Amino acid sequence: MRITQGCFSFLPDLTDEQIRAQVQYCLDKGWAVSFEFTEDPHPRNTYWDMWGLPMFDLRDAAGVMKELADCRRVYGDRYIRLCGFDSSHGWESVRISFLVNRPREEPGFRLDRQEAAGRSVRYSTHAYVADRPEGQRYT
Amino acid sequence: MTVETQNGGAGAPTIRLRAEFEGARVEEVLGTLERELVGLKPVKTRIREIASLLVIERARQKLALTSETPTLHMSFTGNPGTGKTTVALRMADLLHRLGFVRRGHLVSVTRDDLVGQYIGHTAPKTKEILKKAMGGVLFIDEAYYLYRPENERDYGQESIEILLQVMETQRDDLVVILAGYGDRMERFFESNPGFRSRIGHHVDFPDYTEAELLQIAELMLRGTNFRFSPAAREAFVAYIAARMKQPLFSNARSIRNALGRARLRQANRLMGDLDRDLDAEDLMTLDAPDITASRVFRMAGEQARSFSAGDGPPEGAKREPAGPPRAPSSADRARDGAAV
Repeated sequence: MRITQGCFSFLPDLTDEQIRAQVQYCLDKGWAVSFEFTEDPHPRNTYWDMWGLPMFDLRDAAGVMKELADCRRVYGDRYIRLCGFDSSHGWESVRISFLVNRPREEPGFRLDRQEAAGRSVRYSTHAYVADRPEGQRYT
Repeated sequence: MTVETQNGGAGAPTIRLRAEFEGARVEEVLGTLERELVGLKPVKTRIREIASLLVIERARQKLALTSETPTLHMSFTGNPGTGKTTVALRMADLLHRLGFVRRGHLVSVTRDDLVGQYIGHTAPKTKEILKKAMGGVLFIDEAYYLYRPENERDYGQESIEILLQVMETQRDDLVVILAGYGDRMERFFESNPGFRSRIGHHVDFPDYTEAELLQIAELMLRGTNFRFSPAAREAFVAYIAARMKQPLFSNARSIRNALGRARLRQANRLMGDLDRDLDAEDLMTLDAPDITASRVFRMAGEQARSFSAGDGPPEGAKREPAGPPRAPSSADRARDGAAV
């Protein structure tokens, strides 16, 4: 099951050329670009691991693309997303974020139904990969 | 944009060099270089040559005769204050206009910005700087400090290795300019042959002559709405002559500092008489006393005295405070300085 999230979630995955253009857009706006990666595809998993620090004061996308290549080399089997952080007053938050890498296979989710008191039912989504220990989920 | 098919001939694509040249507005950069930088004849010639090379290279690329980016890394050697940073800034602009770097900004760094203080600190630091310089020009001032042969555990070597690698593999993302004194750069290249082979252009910056330094001073003053009075100009000529003989003379930078101090003295002089009505002329003019009060003249005078008459330093030192009131004594000193 193909996970989507963030900007461009309705589009097919961006090519490197398109990612570069987006990065340049961020840099031209003065945003700091950073990469984050995770193994847990659950939609409520908000806090991903950081790949290095956010890159402030860059002018050209080449440096960011090199960092992405490095991140893919190490964590190419995980989800990697790009974040553009706007540090200007009043925003101070991530303005853009989208996936730039995904595992080759995404097993998807199972729906768990839990019978609660009375006839009420609670639902939860459970990623199949979450059953495996960390570090071995997409190998 | 200028690749066109000639209708007459065999249909071989041609390139109009003039369009190529003017399209990139190269002449503008070269013109400002010519106008704003005094002297530096060999540097200007060299930059003009490089510019021609780049225009031709770009034409070749358009006709698909070459696909490789030429080696654009440079080394600027010369004494301090000879305009290396200024020229590097223009170079970045030039390369940008010709399309050899994408953004055309200049990141100026020294050893401190590249080399870390503990194990594992250097690589991220160097990489961060490189990332900032991507798409522009990385200017490494006093590059030889990167390499410290006396300390084998120095982290500079690590930085050098990263630099060399990026200079080789990301040639179309980044241009590196190394700068420093001539002789020390020479030794640096000898111990790091990797750098020499990766650098395409060596540019040597000559020292300025006295006349050029005066011209520079006047250019600087004009930029800040100041000017010399005729007497001050004369005094400044003497000042330059005296300053050049002293140690730690750093060409245009010394001149800029001297002018800064002269402005300080001018302000002080004007504040000396609060009841006077000043006009713009007064506020703009640096007068002779503002120049001649400089320590440089006193030191030059002392040097001359101890050299010539065999005067002991105590006597020479005594002569200073015993002099008549301020203005005439400093005028005397100016003459002293001029004589040296």
